[in-house]
Amino acid sequence: MQHGKYRFIVGFLVVPLAMYALFVIWPFIQSIYYSFTDWTGLSPDFTMVGFGNYTRMLDDDTFWSSLQHSLTFALLLPVVVLGLALFFAFMLNVGGRRRKGAAVAGVRGSSFYKIVYFFPQVLSIAIVALLFQFAYNPNSGAINSALGAVGLDSVQPEWLGDPDLALWCVMAVLVWSQVGFFVVLFSAGMASIPKDFYEAALLDGASRVTTFFRITLPLLWDTVQSGWVYMGILALGAESFAVVQIMTVGPGGPADSTNVLILFVYQKAFRDGQAAYATTIGVALLVVTLAFSAIVMRLGRRERLEF
Amino acid sequence: MKTTDTPPPAGAVEPRPVVAKKDDSAPAVKKSGGVLNVFSHGVLVIWAVLVVLPLLWAVMTSFKDDRSIFTSPWSLPDTLHFDNWSRAWTQAHMSDYFLNTVLVVAGSLAGTLLLSSMAAYVLARFEFPGNRFIYYLFVGGMSFPVILALVPLFYVMNNLGLLNSIHGLILVYIAYSLPFSVFFLTAFFRTLPTSVAEAAIIDGASHTRTFFQVMLPMAKPGLISVGIFNFLGQWNQYLLPTVLNTDPDHKVLSQGLVQLAVSQGYKGDWSGLFAGLVMAMLPVLAAYIIFQRQVVAGLTAGALK
Repeated sequence: MQHGKYRFIVGFLVVPLAMYALFVIWPFIQSIYYSFTDWTGLSPDFTMVGFGNYTRMLDDDTFWSSLQHSLTFALLLPVVVLGLALFFAFMLNVGGRRRKGAAVAGVRGSSFYKIVYFFPQVLSIAIVALLFQFAYNPNSGAINSALGAVGLDSVQPEWLGDPDLALWCVMAVLVWSQVGFFVVLFSAGMASIPKDFYEAALLDGASRVTTFFRITLPLLWDTVQSGWVYMGILALGAESFAVVQIMTVGPGGPADSTNVLILFVYQKAFRDGQAAYATTIGVALLVVTLAFSAIVMRLGRRERLEF
Repeated sequence: MKTTDTPPPAGAVEPRPVVAKKDDSAPAVKKSGGVLNVFSHGVLVIWAVLVVLPLLWAVMTSFKDDRSIFTSPWSLPDTLHFDNWSRAWTQAHMSDYFLNTVLVVAGSLAGTLLLSSMAAYVLARFEFPGNRFIYYLFVGGMSFPVILALVPLFYVMNNLGLLNSIHGLILVYIAYSLPFSVFFLTAFFRTLPTSVAEAAIIDGASHTRTFFQVMLPMAKPGLISVGIFNFLGQWNQYLLPTVLNTDPDHKVLSQGLVQLAVSQGYKGDWSGLFAGLVMAMLPVLAAYIIFQRQVVAGLTAGALK
């Protein structure tokens, strides 16, 4: 039995590990290596340039504005999305009309709300982005014509065409598509908090708001924290790529007002033929992502509450 | 933490202050609950409308002709233009995009489930040098930005002749689905009892046979969760095919739709595009509504771990 064990282990691990190494690990390592070269991606020849790409990156205005937008996404989106989701989940779980015998109760139809809120989560972010691109259309889009219908004919913003507004429009779409997931997630967590806690607090004269901050949030903290990291990684990664690339002019415009790091990497590598420089920006994105996770885990560390 | 046993006392507890101060506090308590209830329903309904309205608008628009899409975005269609749908399905290649997506997702989902459960089983149940290292190698992949690897991966794929092909895309989808799947299934296999597998081994079954005939059936709930998670992730995948699959004949749904939107800028067939959008949306939404419980469990399982 023992001698067959290692053969079995190797036999089961070799294929997954080989694929993972070839398609994920190896490109990662190569990427970091290429960031020190002048590789164009178009020809196989390249030479080492040391930190040339890194100094170039620090002088690149587009890099700085992309970094700024990515950081805005990573810092603001989790706060807005998790905040809204906590609020809705709390409303779902304790906003109900007081029934006989229960101090707190969920609202009527809470499962219906949860089903509806979850809709955007199952749709492709690309489809969502396309849909909102039409909705934002200044001349014939749903939003401006709705504004016109309620008498706001004078308020007809350019939305995605306005450099000051475009970034917020893109963020709003990400909020729209992500809130529902966290409502459902937090709602499941809240449902597992014993009702006696609320009963006792309300009996002692605490308001609903107090019960949220003193009971719900502390007991839910682990879930909130992992949601925070998850949302941040998402805001820096593939989701922000899809919305910015599909929705904005350029893409990344107008006037680089919406470019994010991940899209900038893509443009440099596959549009401008500067593969080495693209990997350099990719390394910067890696640093930002890891720093974000580390900081959130660090700041969010609390004593774990058992109940 | 429990102070009282709830059933009858809970009801009895409430009125007590009412007895003490007959007039003010009873209506006040009732009122605050009522106001909160109206407020919470109000807020919840507003968000529900915000979620549903864009989707309904898309469905409605897909039945209108081009002119009324532009002139009156909110009016109901004058007649139901089903020709938008047939035009999108045939001329705009939606049928091809569907077929490609089904092929890619079927292949990669099966591969992901098989390979990740094999790796996870070994990592969860066997001790050998390097076990922890391999585990963290897989798990570490969850927090790295994919785009960093995509630049060299494009050229790796090109050299292997896998670029712009369905099977190449399947292999990449599997590889990028492994970190989460291995992470989740390793935790799942650890929760399963060891006695059944031991009994099978003692009865003379090989490790391989034990895995396929005993452990995999026991791991079914975990496989369903991971399967749903990966199905949605791979069906909706946009970044990977955008970079690695630029051949027009092999485009998948999300990518094909974006392509369609770009080319409609010249052709002006917006109604066809909306029909395509809705066509891509509806199957996933319908599947979600039917398997609602499982989908929610599958998608939230990872975040709760």
